[in-house]
Amino acid sequence: MADPMRIRAQAAGDKATVRVLMSHEMESGQRKDAAGNTVPAWFIQEVSATLNGKVVLTGEWGPAVSKNPFLQFTIKGAKAGDKVGVTWKDSKGDTRTDEATVS
Amino acid sequence: MKNRRDVLKSSAIVAGLLAGTGLFPQYAFAAYNKGAFEAKTVAEVLKALGAGAPTESKDVTIGGPDIAENGAVVPLTASTTIAGVKQVLILVEKNPAALVARYEVTDSVEANFATRSKMGQSSDVYAVAITGDGKAFFAKKEVKVTLGGCGG
Repeated sequence: MADPMRIRAQAAGDKATVRVLMSHEMESGQRKDAAGNTVPAWFIQEVSATLNGKVVLTGEWGPAVSKNPFLQFTIKGAKAGDKVGVTWKDSKGDTRTDEATVS
Repeated sequence: MKNRRDVLKSSAIVAGLLAGTGLFPQYAFAAYNKGAFEAKTVAEVLKALGAGAPTESKDVTIGGPDIAENGAVVPLTASTTIAGVKQVLILVEKNPAALVARYEVTDSVEANFATRSKMGQSSDVYAVAITGDGKAFFAKKEVKVTLGGCGG
């Protein structure tokens, strides 16, 4: 199981900026190891974010997203105390969900 | 006067109709769009997503460094002020697969996303906004990479 995500959500006016740092290898499937064998692709394919349990954002990633991916987005109408959840699912079927409170 | 059996039957029909039009809340992940992520060029990606030929627009912005020292971590931002945008894409033209990320915009998020991307070599990067009726608008920017991020 992967390490937890770091999520920071900060409210400014009626919006909240959410920054997420995920912990994932994001193997592109292009890289070769020391023996010259291709390292199989292993990357986050799907990400989604919720505000108080309601889905506000879904996205899909290709292998070209960097290792330990960073994602920033802005939620409208979020205020301090709201719960922001982020979920990802990778190409091996692993998923992880973490939650943070808007401050 | 409706009896219980009729009510059950008609509600089943209504549920079926809703499912048919896709009006049921889509809580789970949609199927991963493999075709779009395997497409080699910007045009192929848009075709795989069912969007038309893109036009350059001032209302779409792509942000990134002019020169990226490390191609493994290139911060890119895509944003748009166009109303009715459903999807925002980030693409790197000369990567093995052009599409980096695709976000679905709902009413409760701003069409403004930042992600870090890998780049194999210096290339044009694109932000594409696709509206609900399949029109695509793009902005592009050249990013020079001094050290590649895809193997090597």
